[in-house]
Amino acid sequence: MSLDRRSFLGLGAAALAGVAITPGLRLIELVQARSPEEAASALRRWGLLIDTARCTDCEVCVTACHTENGITGHGRPATDAQWIRKVTLSDKRTGHAQTLPLMCQHCEHPPCVDVCPTGASFKRADGIVLVDKHTCIGCRYCVMACPYGARSFIHETVTGQKPDVPRGKGTVESCTLCVHRIDRDGQPACVEACTTDGGKAMVFGDLNDGAGELHQRLRREPAIQLRADLALNTGVRYQGL
Amino acid sequence: MPSGASGATVILLILAGLAAIAAVPHARGAPPVIRIEKPGQCVEPAALMRRDHMKLILHQRDQTMLRGIRTSKHSLKNCIDCHASPKTNSVLGKEGFCESCHAYAAVQMDCFECHSPSPRAAARVEGAAR
Repeated sequence: MSLDRRSFLGLGAAALAGVAITPGLRLIELVQARSPEEAASALRRWGLLIDTARCTDCEVCVTACHTENGITGHGRPATDAQWIRKVTLSDKRTGHAQTLPLMCQHCEHPPCVDVCPTGASFKRADGIVLVDKHTCIGCRYCVMACPYGARSFIHETVTGQKPDVPRGKGTVESCTLCVHRIDRDGQPACVEACTTDGGKAMVFGDLNDGAGELHQRLRREPAIQLRADLALNTGVRYQGL
Repeated sequence: MPSGASGATVILLILAGLAAIAAVPHARGAPPVIRIEKPGQCVEPAALMRRDHMKLILHQRDQTMLRGIRTSKHSLKNCIDCHASPKTNSVLGKEGFCESCHAYAAVQMDCFECHSPSPRAAARVEGAAR
C-alpha cells in the first residue's frame, strides 16, 4: 500500500490527536517492578530521605532492623553488630538536641568498596552497597574506611539467622537497605516501622524516579548529605540538620 | 633368623586384619540416610543433582548476591524448603538431608556457618498444611 503526501499527513495528525487526548499514555514506559529473573538495574538508584524534625526519641527503626535481619547481640555494645543506630546531636552552647538514625549511606563512590582487597565489598547496579560474605576475609579495611562508622565485624559464632539474611562469624556486615525486601518490591523494615509506629520521618524510594515521592521531595525541599565534603554522593539524605 | 621370623609375623597379622575388615559390612561407616520429605521431581534430574548440586548453588549464589536475581529454582533456600526434615525443621543433624550425606562423603560444607538450615516461615506453614 502506498500513501500519498496528503493522507500521510492526515494519518500523522490523527495519531498526534490520539496522543493528545490520552495523556496517561506513555510511549516509553517508566521502570517497572522487577521480576525475579531480572537483574538489578542501573536505571534505579535506591535512597532514603530522613526528616530529623519528625524523628522522635523512639527506636522503632532500630528494633525493626534487628527483628527483620535477625541481629542479636551478646550484651556487649562495643563489639555487637550495629546496622542502624540512633545518634543524638546537641549544640553545646544552646543545648538544642536532635536525634537521627544513622546507617550505611549507600554512597555512589563508596570508600569501603575502594579499599576492599577481595572485591567482597561492592555496589550493586541499583546503588545498594553490600558485602559478599562468600569472599569477605574479615580484614576490616572497610570498617576503617567508612566515614559513617556503618560497618560491623562479627566476632562470634552466629546462630538463628533468618533465611533471607545469612550472617556469620569472621565477616563484615552493614545495612543492606533490606535488599531482600527491595527485590520483592518492598521497602526497608526501618522505613516501614517508622511510618507505622514512629514519627513518619523516613521516605524510601528511587532517586532517579521523577514521579516518586523521594525525588519530588528532594526537588522541592532542601536536604543534605552527611559529610558532603567527601563527595561520596550518598543515597541517604537528611533534612532539618 | 629372628628378624625374618618377626617380619613374617607382622605380615601375617596385617593380612588377618585386612580379612577381618573385609568381613565387616559397611566398613566405611553407616550409609547416609536419604529421606525425601516431599516426594516428586527435584528441580533437575536426581543424577545431575547428586553430582552437580554445588555447581548450581554456586552459580545461583553469585547471580543473587551480585545481580539481585532471586529465582528460586536453584537457590539454597529452595533446597532447604523442600528437604528440611519436619521433625527437626532442619537439613542438618544426624539424619538431616544435607549433613548425613556430607558426613558420609567426608565433604565439609560451610553453607550453614551463615545460612539458616531451616525453611522459610511460609514454606513451613505450607509443609504443615500438607
